Amino acid sequence: MAETGRLSAPAAPPIAPVTLVRVAIIVFVLLFWEAIARSGLLFRDVVPSLTVIGGALVELLADPTYYRHLGVTAGEIGIALGVGGVAGLAVGIALGGSRLLARAFEPYLYYLGPTPKIIFFPLMIMWFGVGPGSKVAMGVISCFFPVALSAAAGMRGIDKVLIKVGRSFRAGTWAMVTKIYLPAMRAPIINGVRLGLGVAIIGTLLAETKLSNRGVGFLVINAYSTFNMPRMYALLIVVFVLSIGANALVGRLGGVGDIKRA
Amino acid sequence: MNRARRTFLPFALGFGALVVFILALEALIRAGLINRFIVPLPSQIAGAFGRVIVEEDIPHRFLVTAREALWAALLLLLVGVGIGVLLYRVRLLRQATETWVAALASAPTVLMYPLFLVIFGRSETTIIMMGFVAGVPAVILKVIEGLASTRPVLINVGRSFKLTELQLFWKILFPAALPTIFVGLRLGMIFALINIVGVEFLINFGGLGQLINDLAERYDLPGTYAAICFVILVSVVFFFLTDRIERWLRPVD
Repeated sequence: MAETGRLSAPAAPPIAPVTLVRVAIIVFVLLFWEAIARSGLLFRDVVPSLTVIGGALVELLADPTYYRHLGVTAGEIGIALGVGGVAGLAVGIALGGSRLLARAFEPYLYYLGPTPKIIFFPLMIMWFGVGPGSKVAMGVISCFFPVALSAAAGMRGIDKVLIKVGRSFRAGTWAMVTKIYLPAMRAPIINGVRLGLGVAIIGTLLAETKLSNRGVGFLVINAYSTFNMPRMYALLIVVFVLSIGANALVGRLGGVGDIKRA
Repeated sequence: MNRARRTFLPFALGFGALVVFILALEALIRAGLINRFIVPLPSQIAGAFGRVIVEEDIPHRFLVTAREALWAALLLLLVGVGIGVLLYRVRLLRQATETWVAALASAPTVLMYPLFLVIFGRSETTIIMMGFVAGVPAVILKVIEGLASTRPVLINVGRSFKLTELQLFWKILFPAALPTIFVGLRLGMIFALINIVGVEFLINFGGLGQLINDLAERYDLPGTYAAICFVILVSVVFFFLTDRIERWLRPVD
């Protein structure tokens, strides 16, 4: 296979083979989907025709109430990322700066990080009510752990020389944090925020599907309970595009464009 | 002696802080500073453990969730590793789709659960499939990474012994990639378990996740807190054990 690659390389085809394969896969999937939709093999509407989904997508994007719900969800995620991110950053810097604290408390964070957060939702409802408060809280719990763990690891990875420079200038704690630590850990922090954003989106939206009357999660579960499948597909497409886009954007901001690094 | 003290002090600090926190919580609730109808007494929660385990038949629920996890793991192993190997072998396919898989890994796939509810019904299949979908991108990516980072020396040794492609795969590539593949499977299982328990909770069906929903809806607060602690404990134990296996598998540099 490597031989054929070498032989055909100088020819430089007008369209890259990779693009060709991608287009072929997309076309195949769409045709397969349409075939299933028209075959009547599955229950009607479980796999709606592409034109129907496209119609629902256009209808959704033209609907002003959708943007209101999107705004609610975006606000919740934004606040959650702010609160959870700052808390995670503070805890991460504290843990990364002290070997004793890290050894004492980091195992708890490390082992609590990958537990299912959504099960805390009943408690969050009790603490913060059924409104947006409990959804924000879910987002905060979700994004705190990845940000804290990345910040702690980033703090430990700072070049010791930079810290010594700061100390020799007699920088106070605040100056050390803003002038030395934060700039030096930009990449791990951005990576932590990227991971945190992903789980904050999940935490907030899942909470909305469980109990709420606003937000995109509510729209999804509402489409389910009214069995409006084209609308549900349209909503899922929008949510996927938005969250993958947000993820890539945060990665691009930090210059860590490689989304494989999870 | 010195080493023992070095590991003991942080442990004592961490564990001590936890104990102090629980005691302070108990005191604050008893003093009426925290509403005991929102946060029950830690002693009540501890007392609820036994009741929940016996009355709610936790062993059975645990087995239900474990069975779902096992099916998801099997699917991850077959499909995830299978697709990973396929993408590694067919380079063009890999170049075309690897970024898609990575994007899928960062997408909130768990939000598709209402869709899966329609397709598979309110059943264990929905839960298993949600777990599988959440875990499979990580497995695929790690399998490719593991196979692709096999040291060329090892492959050359295989070639000089005139191994067939199949032998080369099973004798050289696969064993060399095994630690990374395990990392992928573990990562995939963590995502799968989060989704399995989460979807159980969300659709009120199945094992441990449903228990929390059930107790919360009955407003059995000490029971809810105890069940949450139990689920956290189970996932921490799973995470800890697989972490150990991963370290054991990791080659010594």
